Amino acid sequence: MSLKIKALTKSIWVFHMAASPCNNCDIEILDLLTPRFDIERFGIQLVGSIRHADAVLVTGSINRKVRKRLKRVLAQAAQPCFVIALGNCSCSMEMFGTSYNDNKPLDEITDVHAYIAGCPPKPEAMIQGVVALIQAQLAALKK
Amino acid sequence: MSLLQGIGFLIGGFVVAAVIGMFAHWFDRKITARVQWRVGPPFFQPLYDFVKLLAKEVVVPEGGSRFLFLAAPLFGLASVTVVSALMLRTVIFPGETFVGDLIVVIYLLTIPSQAVILGAFASANPLASLGGSREMKLILSYELPFLLVILVPVIKAGATIKMGSIIEYQATSGAAIGSLSGVIAFVIGLLCMQAKLAKVPFDAPEAETEIMAGAYIEYSGAALGLFKLTQWMMMFAVPFFLMMLFIGAVNWQQSWLNVVFAVLIYIGILLFITLVRNTNPRLRIDQIMKFFWAKMTPLAILAVILAFLGL
Repeated sequence: MSLKIKALTKSIWVFHMAASPCNNCDIEILDLLTPRFDIERFGIQLVGSIRHADAVLVTGSINRKVRKRLKRVLAQAAQPCFVIALGNCSCSMEMFGTSYNDNKPLDEITDVHAYIAGCPPKPEAMIQGVVALIQAQLAALKK
Repeated sequence: MSLLQGIGFLIGGFVVAAVIGMFAHWFDRKITARVQWRVGPPFFQPLYDFVKLLAKEVVVPEGGSRFLFLAAPLFGLASVTVVSALMLRTVIFPGETFVGDLIVVIYLLTIPSQAVILGAFASANPLASLGGSREMKLILSYELPFLLVILVPVIKAGATIKMGSIIEYQATSGAAIGSLSGVIAFVIGLLCMQAKLAKVPFDAPEAETEIMAGAYIEYSGAALGLFKLTQWMMMFAVPFFLMMLFIGAVNWQQSWLNVVFAVLIYIGILLFITLVRNTNPRLRIDQIMKFFWAKMTPLAILAVILAFLGL
């Protein structure tokens, strides 16, 4: 059991779900793969298919059109798979809360395991968010 | 050979290929990271990935063929295990192999690619089908020059299709790579190996940035883990097969220093694969076919003719 959990925390494959973002968060996510941050040091990899994912990064303000697509994609993930709300939009709708296209924060649609705020969040904040997620899951398993 | 001995060789072949294959995968990723001025993954990263994948849920897509979808990774893993066991046995007891084992190994080495095709078509996904059809065209492209390349050491060792006698011949009268035809054939063999391992520039079936993971797109959990393990083990099996044919693999009977040489040559081949993969763009499938059929095949035929002439 402990080997299984250790392996999971050491090899997180991330699927990036862009749910109508402004592209600012997405650019910052790609920064994580560059030499300055290089999250492959921790075994974190971006993958192209939701079936391979251990974590889903959701960016953007989730409006009515993208909502059902988001639900469909999340339902296809192989468990255990964690959902991370990235950026102010998916955490709390930011300034699009009163917009005409019926926005909702991510945690009203699905369970969210980690919130990373910022517009866009800094790469350091994202790494801290992932570390916090891992520690929270490990602590929950120990209980 | 008794049944027990056979089972022992199978387990040994699996363990050796898996361990060396995982090392090869780590080496590949680490060198890639260093080329891109990054730090790269830790040494046990492939092990973490594999254990994690084994523990995850396996999702079988609706509308796909359930049996074929789950059996395809096993076909690939089984054949690469048998190949590793056969090669290991040939290296340890070169005198005891059977006639025609070279042909068995050639056949078994294409089965992992065919398993990818079967799995892709069984997963009822348009991108996977695209990856599967590209893999099929890739096999058609590289298989012809690859077979011609294998003919060169066969001719040099006196038209034998026994791997043991090819190794023994090279131990007594020099490696096949020590001649003009051998050098040409070995270089073409390295390029065919790049395609066999589906590495850039011949990674059209996977094409991560284009059709996501292509053939593997619907795979998850242990099934994906087995496919990954097969890929890693192929990174042991194919280079080792080429080393056996052209360099005579490990001449451990003569001196223990030869083992060190063999390891260095293997790491050199891995470095070649990785550097080619990092410095080239992906080719389209028609470009791959033109490359192998119009350029590599005539060169390989030239190498075969030179080998006949004794050069």
